[in-house]
Amino acid sequence: MALLALEDGKIFRGRACGAHGMVCGEVVFNTAMTGYQEILTDPSYAGQIVCMTYPHMGNYGVTAEDVESARPWVQGFIVREISERFSNWRGQMSLDRYLKEYNIIGICEVDTRALTRHIREKGAMRGCLSSLDGDPHDFIECARRAPTISEENWVYRVSCTQPFTIDFSPSEGRGARSESQGPHIVVIDFGVKRSILRHLRARAQRVTVVPAFWSAEEILQLKPDGILLSNGPGDPAILTNAIRTARQLIESERCPIFGICLGHQILGLAFGARAYKLKFGHRGANQPVKNLLTNRIEITSHNHGFALKDLPDELELTHVNLNDGSIEGFRHRKLPVFAVQFHPEASPGPHDALSIFDQFCALTSGHAQAH
Amino acid sequence: MPKRTDLKRVLVIGSGPIVIGQAGEFDYSGSQACKALREEGYEVILVNNNPATIMTDPESAARVYIEPLVPEIVEKIIVRERPDALLPTVGGQTALTIAVELARAGVLERYGVELIGASQRAIEIAEERLLFKETMEQAGLPVPQGGLARSLEEALEISRGLCYPILVRPSFTLGGEGSGVAHSEDELRSVAKRGLDLSPVHEVLIEESVIGWKEFELEVMRDRNDNVVVICSIENFDPMGVHTGDSITVAPAQTLSDKEYQRMRDWAIRVMRAVGVETGGSNIQFAVNPHDGRMLVIEMNPRVSRSSALASKATGFPIAKIAAKLAVGYTLDELPNDITRKTPASFEPAIDYVVVKIPRWNFEKFPGADTTLTTQMRSVGEAMALGRTFKEALQKAIRSLELGRLGLGGESERVLSAELIREYLERPNPERIFFIYRAIQTGVSIEELAHRTGIDPWFLAQIEEIAHQERTLRAHQGLEHIPGELLRQAKRFGFSDAVLAKIWNTSESAVRAKRLEYGIRPVYKKVDSCAAEFEAQTPYLYSTYEADECEAAPTARKKVIILGGGPYRIGQGIEFDYCCCHAALALRELGFETILVNCNPETVSTDYDTADKLYCEPLTLEDVLHIIEVENPEGVIVQFGGQTPLNLALALKEHGVPIWGTSPENIDVAEDREKFALILDELGVKRPRSGIASSAEEACRVAEDLGFPVLVRPSYVLGGRAMAICYDKSDLVHYIEEAACVSPAHPILIDEFLQDAIELDVDAVADGEDCVIGGILEHIERAGIHSGDSCCVLPPFTLSEALFEEVRHITRKLARRLNVIGLMNVQYAVQKEKLYVLEVNPRASRTVPFISKATGVPLAKIAAKVMAGLTLKELGFTQEPAVQGFHVKAPVFPFDRFFVDPILGPEMKSTGEVMGSGQTLGEAFAKTQLHLKSRLPTGGRVFISVNDRDKPAVVPIARALAELGFVIIATRGTAQALGQAGLDVIVINKVSEGHPHIADVIQQGQIDLIVNTPSGKRAHHDEAAIRIGAVKHRVPYVTTIEGAQALVEAIRTLKAGTLTVSAIEELQRRLCRYATNACRSSSDRLLKRGIGQGMPSVGPIT
Repeated sequence: MALLALEDGKIFRGRACGAHGMVCGEVVFNTAMTGYQEILTDPSYAGQIVCMTYPHMGNYGVTAEDVESARPWVQGFIVREISERFSNWRGQMSLDRYLKEYNIIGICEVDTRALTRHIREKGAMRGCLSSLDGDPHDFIECARRAPTISEENWVYRVSCTQPFTIDFSPSEGRGARSESQGPHIVVIDFGVKRSILRHLRARAQRVTVVPAFWSAEEILQLKPDGILLSNGPGDPAILTNAIRTARQLIESERCPIFGICLGHQILGLAFGARAYKLKFGHRGANQPVKNLLTNRIEITSHNHGFALKDLPDELELTHVNLNDGSIEGFRHRKLPVFAVQFHPEASPGPHDALSIFDQFCALTSGHAQAH
Repeated sequence: MPKRTDLKRVLVIGSGPIVIGQAGEFDYSGSQACKALREEGYEVILVNNNPATIMTDPESAARVYIEPLVPEIVEKIIVRERPDALLPTVGGQTALTIAVELARAGVLERYGVELIGASQRAIEIAEERLLFKETMEQAGLPVPQGGLARSLEEALEISRGLCYPILVRPSFTLGGEGSGVAHSEDELRSVAKRGLDLSPVHEVLIEESVIGWKEFELEVMRDRNDNVVVICSIENFDPMGVHTGDSITVAPAQTLSDKEYQRMRDWAIRVMRAVGVETGGSNIQFAVNPHDGRMLVIEMNPRVSRSSALASKATGFPIAKIAAKLAVGYTLDELPNDITRKTPASFEPAIDYVVVKIPRWNFEKFPGADTTLTTQMRSVGEAMALGRTFKEALQKAIRSLELGRLGLGGESERVLSAELIREYLERPNPERIFFIYRAIQTGVSIEELAHRTGIDPWFLAQIEEIAHQERTLRAHQGLEHIPGELLRQAKRFGFSDAVLAKIWNTSESAVRAKRLEYGIRPVYKKVDSCAAEFEAQTPYLYSTYEADECEAAPTARKKVIILGGGPYRIGQGIEFDYCCCHAALALRELGFETILVNCNPETVSTDYDTADKLYCEPLTLEDVLHIIEVENPEGVIVQFGGQTPLNLALALKEHGVPIWGTSPENIDVAEDREKFALILDELGVKRPRSGIASSAEEACRVAEDLGFPVLVRPSYVLGGRAMAICYDKSDLVHYIEEAACVSPAHPILIDEFLQDAIELDVDAVADGEDCVIGGILEHIERAGIHSGDSCCVLPPFTLSEALFEEVRHITRKLARRLNVIGLMNVQYAVQKEKLYVLEVNPRASRTVPFISKATGVPLAKIAAKVMAGLTLKELGFTQEPAVQGFHVKAPVFPFDRFFVDPILGPEMKSTGEVMGSGQTLGEAFAKTQLHLKSRLPTGGRVFISVNDRDKPAVVPIARALAELGFVIIATRGTAQALGQAGLDVIVINKVSEGHPHIADVIQQGQIDLIVNTPSGKRAHHDEAAIRIGAVKHRVPYVTTIEGAQALVEAIRTLKAGTLTVSAIEELQRRLCRYATNACRSSSDRLLKRGIGQGMPSVGPIT
């Protein structure tokens, strides 16, 4: 047996799966029907216990090809049903074994719909996931004592500590290319997903990934033709260093800057917009976003608990969420700086907004040629 | 972009009669589309000749034409109505074909009619295999290798570049008709030949077979801004090789990783763009090689489909409605998601449950037909179930099918031979799922099963989990000591109480009692299109065994639960769904909260806005009782959904459920032969004499007492199953040997057969006091042919007024005696001016919608209001409606799917019906004989061969045909009879007389019409060959003398060229007004009397 105790005193019971033990974190839900492996390994989920709304998880197993980082980052995993047997020609191991191998505590046979509705009504909140024996009230206490998502800096835990140039296998990088050719993009790693790097790389770029704590000066020394502020976990408002760095990079006017998700929030904050916590966030692969530049709808992948508001005049709203009207993207009216709240790299999710990488890479190529 | 204002009048083409491959789902999409267009202020002109549809109700369109669905008739309507646009995408293949033919003939251009929803080009690309293949290849999308052949030689040529097995698919046929797989050149010859014959353009696709690959479908929508969304992914449980309509299907896809799913989604979008579907919904099919993930595009339908109806019901996203709005210019982001009302339609539904659809077949109606499932669809209906897991949904779907199995498991330990199991595993067949379960129980491994069936191991493993659970359950001896947790677990695995009762060797009610003692009840969850991310406004629910939360939220309003009819099957079709919908609409008018329960995704009743609340649930006692427990309704209506809910009536009443209308006891009396016979005798009403026999000898004795011919049937089956007419003792003996086992436990029932009697169908409404007849229909065929398979005419055309009076009198007497409250159907036979009662059904009948369409009187609505407590007087329905002109209801048969002898008898075989109306009987009948694929000829060669009894009667028919210019061809016997009457006849060999014989000539396409009555005894091989040949080669045929007489009249009318079209409103304008008034005034009266409660929260129906 296992249970999930929420800070508001609500208890959901189920059966243990994955690793056994106890863990606390912010409980959130994701409505994507496929892509559990990408979700597990997305560093943006660090610190969170993720509930999947689709009941069957693990159907197609786990494969080394589909990870978004070196390991799963979720604190805990909540599902209705975990497949004992998987079936897919690429599957290498079962989801249950994968969770056990990476010591991720899971719970299954939970009424995940009831949990989702609870979070939708009450908002994302802390919870304690446990397969240990004990008084449920103690677990509720644990949930209450756990730090909130805004009290902990998860970015520094998930970011790389040393810069590196990405090294993909030739198949992923469309054949070997000389590292010295093409524009040079620096990615600030707040918890970057591999798919972002894959998409940059696939567009013939040289990519250097640097730690989140690097200063603007250090970054600019790499002579980037473009800078990408990556996705990542947690509350952007507490990342004061990163916001300062972003502001300095913008002010340097050295090269095009692009932000995704947390990177979008950091850029926005650097321009003086404000960030706020969404009641229960956007997490899923079906969110309609209107691209105001093309007037087209893009079905996009989302994973964010915070959003921007009050964009300053120098920023132009470029993307808006059609479900709740929230800000999904902006660009600077003069500078080559732009950002999106959603995940154009998808993984999991639809590829509707992939062309934004083309735009960014075109800008960086232009920059490389000009310099 | 807002809606277009340059369009005012839109023509919508429906899909016509229910046939295999094109069924009730198109009434669902069509009526949704009509409603959507009307909402936007467009004047809708509708043509559809299926009277049992909601879309042909006067409320659906400004003008409803119940006219033949052939281009020449639709053209007449265009000339009359001058629509600005034609929406061809909601009426299945029929509408697309007509639209393309009209476009090609220049009709649309001539009258300035714009095709909206799909362009001619897009339809052609999607329909013409080669063009589709080229288009896909140009777009860089892989398709199976192969080519298009227009002759057998070309087919063989193409096959040389491919490996067997090879797939053959004809262009432009319904539901994959004529498709087949060839494993050798010999097989290829025969399959290709048939495909070429069946294709209206004589074209087949010959291609590499992807049999055994995984099959997926995506339901996609696109708007004029090129926004594309995927509404639903569907994975077929059965691999490629079984038509998707014959496959168990699951939504969403279960075994695709996100990488694979997104690639499929990308391809789907590219297909939409390449084909050029500018607005609306399409269905795209993919095959995936399970071993290396290689993916191919198989086909696309640029229209709503059976799968899109399923996807709509599975997700809550109304594809047809949105498609109609996109067609008139809206974009997805301009339209709201009905279910959340706050978010736009431009999203992709996320679901948090599993949907399983299982087809329902009727092979037992076609003895001798091969039950192997192939690329040609042969199922006649389907059941859909929702559950939180695949296991739960699968179990619910199986019990929704009403096959007498209430889920997997609980079967006796009878050991099946390994050979038998293997046979039933490798050959796709309707029983396969049960054999898979048995195979798992006998220890066959998942690997072996996957290898033998091609079914994905994930699905098999889920079934294995169910089997393992059953083993755990069996380990517990008896119900008494079952721990609550185990019982709960069993319910979570989808086991029904009935199956658990079998496992524990106890009764269903004992399991139920034990379960309730533990407090184990299902909860209800909402279908909300967004996995609970937003609040759902639309109460569309399904049951599941979850511990935490029930979302049923019953209101305090007064409620009525209407039980639907479950999956369509021969004998219980769309007519009953029509009646259920009408009951819901009528009771909503009275202020009741209406709650529908049904599990058939091909229906209007399972549209979430037909009733106030919808439960997608199996129609079993267990499932229905739980809903009643939660909702606590004022009443439950079992009269409208056919036999399915009626079968529950007594049990529901025993549980204290208030059943509205005629009491279950009286329904039972009417259905129980012995009790009913006593009542008829008591009322002094004549009936055919009858007897019962428990052995062959006794049967002969009884039959001889009654006098041959006799009507025989087993006592344990209902609805005309295995019923036959025996003309002599040898017939009877043969019947007992072949069709029925007779024993004291299974006696057979023997009735006097009223030979050459005229049959009448009467529908009436009674309120306990009064009984008003809705219509009296005369059958064209003589008694002995199932009423559902007969052509019916309103008003009767041969009987005397005195006889009608007697019919009315007896009908009223029966209504009073059975205390009928609501609808009643009586079948009479008239023999030598004497009236006999054949049966009484105190419930909605198949003919109710037809009568309502012909007279303009909404019988089902009136009956529903009577059941709510209003009297016929209060409703203003006191007089039998007048009828203008003639209305014919003619059956449509699926023989072209089964290739068995298409003779008619007491067992129903038709899947649907068409209606024709005209000023003369000939005109009305002629309209029922115009189909896209077979038109009544107005000249040519008629082949006549009749049995001896019919020889005198066929002479005038032959003479009339000769006068109409037909050349008469006949076999020796008939030729002689005709020759003696002075007719010129060409004599042809019987099949047994050697070549060239009649079957050869039919095959060569030299016969245009066939009149062939069976010889009465069991069909001779010869006759069967002729009739099967007629079906295969689409030669119009008739197997009764009366049918032939009507046909002659029809041909005469066609030849005169006097066929006119008119909107149904024109025929019944006067009556319509009356009916509307009756409905309007009633709700006020009811409110005054304190029935119903306030106005419904949802706006009134327009």
